[in-house]
Amino acid sequence: MTDSTWVLLRLTAQLAACSTVLLLLLGTPLAWWLARTRSPLKPLATALVTMPLVLPPTVIGFYLLLLMGPQGAVGQFTQWLGLGRLPFTFAGLVVASVLYSLPFVVQPLQQAFETIPERLLEAAATLRAAPLDRFFSIALPLARPGLVTASVLGFAHTVGEFGVVLMVGGNIPGQTRVLSVALYEHVEAAEFAQAHQLAAGMVVFALLVLLALYAANRARPALGNTA
Amino acid sequence: MLQATLALKRPNFTLDVALQLPPSGITALFGPSGCGKTSVLRALAGLDRAAGRVAIGSDSADVWQDDATGRWLPTHQRPLGYVIQEAVLFPHLRVRANLDYGRRRSAAARATAATTDPSLALDQVITLLGIKHLMDRWPATLSGGERQRVAIARALASAPRLLLMDEPLAALDAARKAEILPYLERLQRHLALPIVYVTHALDEVARLADHLVLLDAGRVLAAGPLAEVLARTDLPLAKLDDAGVVIHATLDRHDAAYGLSRVRFAGGALWLGAAAVQPGQAVRARVLARDVSVTRQLPQQTSVLNVLPVRLLALQAQAHTVLLHLQVAGPGSRADAPAPPVQLLARITRRSADALALRAGDALYAQIKGVALM
Repeated sequence: MTDSTWVLLRLTAQLAACSTVLLLLLGTPLAWWLARTRSPLKPLATALVTMPLVLPPTVIGFYLLLLMGPQGAVGQFTQWLGLGRLPFTFAGLVVASVLYSLPFVVQPLQQAFETIPERLLEAAATLRAAPLDRFFSIALPLARPGLVTASVLGFAHTVGEFGVVLMVGGNIPGQTRVLSVALYEHVEAAEFAQAHQLAAGMVVFALLVLLALYAANRARPALGNTA
Repeated sequence: MLQATLALKRPNFTLDVALQLPPSGITALFGPSGCGKTSVLRALAGLDRAAGRVAIGSDSADVWQDDATGRWLPTHQRPLGYVIQEAVLFPHLRVRANLDYGRRRSAAARATAATTDPSLALDQVITLLGIKHLMDRWPATLSGGERQRVAIARALASAPRLLLMDEPLAALDAARKAEILPYLERLQRHLALPIVYVTHALDEVARLADHLVLLDAGRVLAAGPLAEVLARTDLPLAKLDDAGVVIHATLDRHDAAYGLSRVRFAGGALWLGAAAVQPGQAVRARVLARDVSVTRQLPQQTSVLNVLPVRLLALQAQAHTVLLHLQVAGPGSRADAPAPPVQLLARITRRSADALALRAGDALYAQIKGVALM
C-alpha cells in the first residue's frame, strides 16, 4: 500500500472514531430520554432522529453545507466563536457524520434502555440510589449489548458514508478525503486495481465488524433474566 | 411511630387512609386485590405521589412528606427497604454486590445519623436469611425462594428504618413459601424494625402479623392488634371460611406418650398435636371459627380435648350460620391480668343457636376441635 493509502485509512479511522465518541456522548442521554419520557414531544424527537435513515445523504449534505456556510446560522456562529467555517474541514465532516449516523446509535440504545424493567430502577431508588447513580449503576451496565451495537454501527456507518462527505467535505487529501470518496475517484480514473484494494478491504471490514458484533452479543445470554 | 395520611384519586379508584403504626413488629395491610394495599406502600416509599403526610418519627428529618409545608423526600432519600412480589435483583451483579448496593449508598446516611443499629450488621442479616452460601452466585442461577431471601437481605443491609414488603410470598409456590416463612418469623422476632407487610393471604397474617390494618376500596375498615381485629365479628374478615382467632401462648409441656403438646395462655391451656417447639417458647395458636362449638353444660365424656369456659359477648347472624364472639372466662383472664382476655370465634348453625336460645352474656363452654400452631 502506498503512503497516500495510509493517510486515507488513518483519516477514515480518525473520522469514524471521533464521530463515534461524539455520537455516544450525545446519543446516550438522548436515547435515555426517548426511552423514558412521556412528553408529547417524543414522536417529533423520534422522527427527527430517524430522518437521516430515510433522507438521501446528499440532501443532508446540501443543507449542512448551507447551514455551516458563511451565510448559514451555524456558520455565522462558528465564525463568531472564532472557529472559522466548517465546510471542507475535518471538523465539518465530524459534525456531518454525527448527524448522519445518529439513528444508528440512538435506536439500539433506546431499545436497550426500554427493555430495562422499571421495577429494577425503582429497586435501586429504594436502595438510596439517586437518579444519575441509577443511570450509571443499573441502566448503563444493563444496556451494554445495546451500547456495543450502537458503537459498532455508528463507527461502521461513518466509515461507509459517501454522499454527505462529498457534499460537506469535498476531497482534500489528509483533511477530508476518506476511503469511500477515494474509491469513487479511483473508479472515475479507471484505476481498478486500487479500487479493488479499497472496495475488497471495505467488504472484509464490514463482515468482520458484524461478525464480532453478533458474536459479542451472543456471548452473554444469561443476564437477560432480570428476575 | 409511623404516621401517614394518604389520598389519591385515580379513574376507578380512590385512596383515602390514615395510618398509625407501632414502632416495631409487623403490621399487615390486608384486603382483597384492588383495595389499595400496594398504592399505600408505593406512596409510603415515595414511588408514587399521593397527597398527604408521611412521618416515621417525631424528628423533623423523619418527615418524608408533608403537603402542608411542601416537604417531599424522593425515594432515594428515604431510609427504607422495599421488597416486592418478584425479587428484583440486579442481574448484572452477583449476590454479594447486590447486598452491597444499598449498604454502600446508605453508609453516608448512617454516618450522619448517629443512631446506627448494630443489630443490622451485614453478617447478621446474611445469617438471619441463610444466604451465606449464595454470596458468589449470579441472580439468574438462584431459585425463586433464594432470590426473595437475597432481596430481603439486600433491603435490610441498607439499614432501613422501615421495611415495606408487598406480597413477598405471592409469587412462590407452597414449598417455597414454607421455605421463606421461618426467615420472616426470625425477622419479626429479632429486629426492632417496623415492617409493613401487604398480603391477601390470611394465613400469612395469622402467622406473622402483630398488628392488622384491614383495607377495602381504598379505606381503612379496621386497625389494631392482630388478636383484637381477628376476633371482631363485624368485619368482612369474619365472613371468610377461614375466619378465626390467633392466641398468643407459651409452650407448656409435651406429652410424648400421646404425641401431644400443651400451650398455656392467660386464662387457660390448649392441647394440640406434638409441636417441635421448646417448652417456654412463645407460640401463636390459631383457632378457626368453624372448629369451635359451644355447650351450655360442661361436657362430660367428650372426645374433644379442649373445653374452655367462655362468656358469649355477641352474636352475628350470617346466611345460615351464626358467628359467636366468645371471651375465655378461665382464671387469670380477670381485668387485673397482664394480658387482655383471650377471645374466640365460633361458627354454628342458626338452628343450633335457636335451639340453645343463645344470648349475649351467657356463660358457655367452648369445645375446640382444632388448634394449629403458626
